[in-house]
Amino acid sequence: MSAPVHVPRHSNAPPAVPFTPPPIRRRKRRGPAWLAGFLLVSPSLILIGVFVYGFLGWNVRVSFTNWRGLSPSYHFVGIDNYTRLLHDERWHADVRNLVVFTFVFVGGALLLGFVMAMLLDKGVRGEGFLRGVFLFPMAISFIATAIVWRWLLDNGSGDDTAGLNKLFAVAGLDFLRSDWHKSDSIWAIAAVALPAGWALSGYVMALFLAGMRGVPEALRESARLDGASETQVFWHVVRPALRPVTFSAMLIMIHISLKTFDLLYALDQGNLRIDTPSLYMWFTTFDGGFYDRGATIATVLLIGVALVVGPYVWYALRTERR
Amino acid sequence: MVRATATVPRQVASDPIPPAASKAAGGARSVVRYVVLWALACFFLLPVYVLVVTSFKDPVDVSATRIWELPTSLSMDNFGLVWPKLSSGFRNSLSLAIPASLLSALLGCANGFVLSKIRFPFSNVVFPLILFGIFVPYQAVIIPVSQTMTAVGLRGGNDPTGGLAGLMLIHIIYGLPITTLIFRNHFVAMSNTLLESARLDGAGILRSFVDIAVPLAKPAFAVAIIWQFTSSWNDFMFGAMMTSRDSWPVTIALNNIAGGQSVPFGQAMAGALLVSLPTLALYIMLGRFFMRGLLAGTLQD
Repeated sequence: MSAPVHVPRHSNAPPAVPFTPPPIRRRKRRGPAWLAGFLLVSPSLILIGVFVYGFLGWNVRVSFTNWRGLSPSYHFVGIDNYTRLLHDERWHADVRNLVVFTFVFVGGALLLGFVMAMLLDKGVRGEGFLRGVFLFPMAISFIATAIVWRWLLDNGSGDDTAGLNKLFAVAGLDFLRSDWHKSDSIWAIAAVALPAGWALSGYVMALFLAGMRGVPEALRESARLDGASETQVFWHVVRPALRPVTFSAMLIMIHISLKTFDLLYALDQGNLRIDTPSLYMWFTTFDGGFYDRGATIATVLLIGVALVVGPYVWYALRTERR
Repeated sequence: MVRATATVPRQVASDPIPPAASKAAGGARSVVRYVVLWALACFFLLPVYVLVVTSFKDPVDVSATRIWELPTSLSMDNFGLVWPKLSSGFRNSLSLAIPASLLSALLGCANGFVLSKIRFPFSNVVFPLILFGIFVPYQAVIIPVSQTMTAVGLRGGNDPTGGLAGLMLIHIIYGLPITTLIFRNHFVAMSNTLLESARLDGAGILRSFVDIAVPLAKPAFAVAIIWQFTSSWNDFMFGAMMTSRDSWPVTIALNNIAGGQSVPFGQAMAGALLVSLPTLALYIMLGRFFMRGLLAGTLQD
């Protein structure tokens, strides 16, 4: 861990800021100088305090109650909801699905995003267009994405073959035919990595590309002067500099994967093979009225996200502070 | 690094490749690069091809098994059929996303300015707490949000706007962390000399904010507004929880229209295309700012 730590300073330093002037000393007489500023942010701070942190606490509290049905009940039942979840078949399947999805989707998006950034980094003709093509899915809602992909991931067979399978058949690649997310396997949800990766690999590419372009050309040049081949320049100069970006990209993608909701919801609502905790939470709460269970799932989800994002926020702040 | 040196040295030894050979290798490599890049571009454009080609087919020609075939004649009928079902969703989403993005950008601007330029007690605790707010899974707040909104009468049918006003409030509040970060990154990079001279001229914090910081933050406004507009427009979960049928935002309308199996394929595609157009247009016209919003989310503007 010690080697890469010094690198982000170069890659993260925005080239637009040649120097950092010292912060203004706002310790002038007439009362605390920060007061006006504090008043300016206080409405937002109160809103975030209540709607984010207050509500997170409220939700945790609900997870310790037996609130079912429309009228709230705050009768304390300890960790009953959590132990019940441990014995819940659907929860087990959901966690397994989420693990499979996260591995395939995050792994795939990181790999694809990295390859795209590598290929674009050296500068190619039409770079702007290609970048635009790789990134535009980020602007589109997961609902629209899911609606297109549900037709692409059609599982009809024989005369009914459609979507990607049809394309495979036309290209003579029949062996690639798949039932996708409707297949009868624990890997069904891996098919969703296709639309999810389609939507988000461009984002990973943008991160890597920014990281690669942040490596000063002088560093690469001096390595070349020392006789390093392009492969060696990449391995010894660029790759170590990319470690922080890889780390960020991975944590961001994992956290997105844990939260994925709309895409699965709109792709095939009610298909338990692509059920995940975030969907289970929604349906059990708002369709089933099991607010207690919903809050419990949400709390576990929150813990998962905090475990992933916490180190990231800490790392980012520390890097910035240096 | 140490591991790396062990694996590569063979190439180090075989150093100077004859220039001609290396040029040929470079040429071949660049051909491969172009082929792979354009193949990937085709993959990314596959869904667009399906969307566009299907939308413009005559509804009687549309069939899932002939998904890859070009239309025999151009027709706007799919759009004509789906638009009446989506138009109120468009109106709702616009009336929601525009004020939501403007207001949360404005608040984010104030926050970002203060957090980057003024030290107040606990400011170093406040910032990480705001940052974490960007990543909070909305499932973990949605029960309290639904209860609060019901209690104050802003949710669904009880509210004259059908829940849109409350939904707007939700988007403003949960947009604050990211807009704050966007503006903070902007102001951190801004030189302090202007502010310093304004202070010497006797300007207070509010004055410097309004007269100096806000006018200089135009690019950050573009980033924050585009980001917020896109995420309010594309939101699904809060909208589904908050709104009743007449006030469905466009994503919920689209999902309910095109999500069912009974809906004709052509209309589903035309609907998805229409709903994507506004954010896609923003992206195409202002991609630069869109990109910066993306990177801001990763704290590396």
